[in-house]
Order: sequence, then C-alpha cells, then structure tokens
Amino acid sequence: MLNEFSNNTISLFLQKKKKKGSFFNFSLTTFSPNGKLLQIEHALKAVESGATSLGIKASNGVVIVTEKKLPTTLIDENSVKKIQKLNDGIGVIYSGLGPDYRVLISKARKKSQQYFKQYNEIIPVNIISRKVAGIMQEFTQSGGVRPFGVSLLVAGYDHNGPQLFQVDPSGSFWAWKATAIGKNSSNSKKFLEKRYKPDMEIEDAINTAILTLKEGFEGEMDEFNIEVGVITNDKKFRILEPEEVKDYISELNL
Amino acid sequence: MAGKNCVAIAGDTRFGVRNQTVALDSNRIFKINNRTLFGMTGLNTDILTLRESFKFQMNLYNLEEEREISPKTFAHNVAQTLYSKRFGPYFITPIIAGLEGEDYTPFLCATDLIGAMEFPKSFVVAGTGEESLMGVCETFYKENMEPEELFEVVSQCLLAAVDRDALSGWGSVVHVLTKDGITTKRLRTRKD
Repeated sequence: MLNEFSNNTISLFLQKKKKKGSFFNFSLTTFSPNGKLLQIEHALKAVESGATSLGIKASNGVVIVTEKKLPTTLIDENSVKKIQKLNDGIGVIYSGLGPDYRVLISKARKKSQQYFKQYNEIIPVNIISRKVAGIMQEFTQSGGVRPFGVSLLVAGYDHNGPQLFQVDPSGSFWAWKATAIGKNSSNSKKFLEKRYKPDMEIEDAINTAILTLKEGFEGEMDEFNIEVGVITNDKKFRILEPEEVKDYISELNL
Repeated sequence: MAGKNCVAIAGDTRFGVRNQTVALDSNRIFKINNRTLFGMTGLNTDILTLRESFKFQMNLYNLEEEREISPKTFAHNVAQTLYSKRFGPYFITPIIAGLEGEDYTPFLCATDLIGAMEFPKSFVVAGTGEESLMGVCETFYKENMEPEELFEVVSQCLLAAVDRDALSGWGSVVHVLTKDGITTKRLRTRKD
C-alpha cells in the first residue's frame, strides 16, 4: 500500500514537471558569428525547394496560384487542397513543408475568429499577416522549437483594397504587387516584372498568373495539377473549380 | 437620440452617493473619435476604469490598424468587453452614439451591464431617471430632425426627466455630433 502511494506520488510529480511541448529552456535558433540565424536560412532553403506558388495583385482583385504536383497518380487529388481560406475574405497559399502550413492555417484561423468575436468585423489583411508573422517569429526565439519551413502568400480584399502579403519563416512580412515563391521563383519573378501592369484587371491577372506558372512547369499542365484562388471586390475568396481552370488553360493554349 | 445625419447624447453631471451629492461636474460622456460618442451611467468607479480601458484599446487600435474605429465596431467591442466579465460584471449601462459610414448614417446602441446590445433607430435612455426619460423622449421625438431641432428636443427631454428624478440633476451637458464636428452645450438645471 505504501509503495503504491509513493509510486503514484512520484509519477504525478514527474507528470507535473513535463511542460507541454518544450523540454528545453534555450532556443535552438542561435546567431552564428557572422550575424546570421542559420536555422532560418535553412528554413528558407526548404521553402525554395517547395512547389511553386505565385500571386498577382490586380486593380480590382488578387489571384494566387500553385502547382499541385503529386508524387503518384494513385493519390486522390480531390483530397489535397493547398489553397486554404482563413475566413470568407482572405485566402492563403504556401511553398515548403505541408504539415507546417496546416498548423499555421489552424492558428491563423483562430486568430481571425478571435478578432471577429471582438470587433464583429473581418480582420484586415495586413493585421492577420502581422499576427501570422508574429507566430512564425515566436518559433525562432522560443525554447526547443524549430522555425516553420513555409513561406505564405496571403491574399485578401479589405477597406484598403486588394492586398497580397508574403510571410517568411523569419517572421518578416511585406506586401507585393506580384511575386512567386518556391522552385523557379527567380525566373517567375523576372517573367512577372515584364508582364505586370499596375492597372491590370483581375481577368488579365489570372491569365498572366497561369501563364507564369506554365513557364516553369515540368510536364503537361492541366486543371488537376494546379490550384487557382481569386478574390475581387465582392470580398469573397473563391477557389476556382477544375472546369473554370480548364477554360483559362485552354484560352492560353489557343 | 438620432436626427438627420446627426446624433445627440446628453447627460446630467451629478455624482452622488445615495442622497449625498459629492460632485457637480462629473462628465460621463466621452469622445472616442470624430464619429463616435460614448456615454455611461452607473457605478462611478466602473465608469472611470472603463473610460481608461477603452482609451487604451482605442489607442492601440489606431496605431495597429492605422484607421479610426467605426461606431458599430466600437459598440461590439464594448459588448465583448462587458461580457468577458459576465460573472463579476461592471455595473454600468453604456450608450454609444455615432455617425456610420460614408453617408454619416446615425448609429445608436445601448447595452446592459453584460453586453446585450440593442440598436434602436430613434433614441435610447439609461440611468436612474430612465423611466421618466423614456416617457418624455417618446412624446417629443420626431424623425429626421436637423441638428438645431435635435438639440432643443434632447435638452427639453433631459431637463424634464431630471426634474422628476431625485438622484439626477445639478447641471447637464448636451453633445450634438454632425459631420462637421461636435457641439457641446451646458444647461442649467434646478440645483436640487
């Protein structure tokens, strides 16, 4: 009886000592002598080898596209949804590690709902981008965790008009008129630099985005291996159906 | 009370503890920004604390969002803050009055002490004299009043109601909010 009692107490004591998540008190991301945070540099490498995603801000909306390259035809592509909504008015895409992306989306959705509960207003794009960037920065300065291996493109339409933000593993975020992340991002960005016009309309932007994606695409591009998300001044983010994507692709092929 | 593209909010300035009058100049109506006025009645310490609390929240909001808060959003924020203390509430009855949107539509909101919101189109009352106020406002309220007429109506309603209530009076203040700004006038009431 006494042994049972002391065993139970000891196990309870050990349980209490275990904190959720980090066992370490020190950060795994530390400065190197030349002032760089190597873990973040490595995280950015992980992003660079991820599937290409790009976004374009038009005068009346934003479009984000990504390539959905699945390793085998056996995977049910309907179950893989890379473009996600944070709320009715904001959509996100990523390049890098899928599981890290899922966790970030979950946290970001919670933050956006907390904002809505407080103010009964959809969170503005720059505010949610700042909050997500804050989460990513926490993981570069907390004990026992590693940085996220994703860069996000956040697209939305609020009182400041259409906006496109990129959020990096370091926690920095900034707005783009048009950009690409992941594999082929530098070539795609050069392509976009030539094609981008500030007064571009959303239809034009969608065509340009799909064309840019096609430039670096390995193999045949069809409506099942890319995803397209659009938001216009109705402030509702929509992921296009495969039939609609097929129309855009066939227009380009003509 | 709401008029045509204008709102007015008025209150007395007595601060008392049961039948003892402690102060004659307690201002309970605060400006949140150029579009929103916020008034409270009830426990004085809660009024003062919440005033500071909302000033804190609004300063942060202005810095983070780089814009002014709209009256409707502020009203929801107030309700949320009050409900967060559901089981140990602030003993106040807030009133939010403002002009919403590009066309300066009048916006009125009143909540109870735990954040149940109401959005009346005409007028809203709160305080120890609320029953008398309700009666007078019902009688004198008209739709689409211009600012000058709105001021007259609100003043007369307040004066009539505070005379009926022992715990209200000792001076009053009326704010009229239009798209050109806020006009504030102090009225003399019976000093009893």
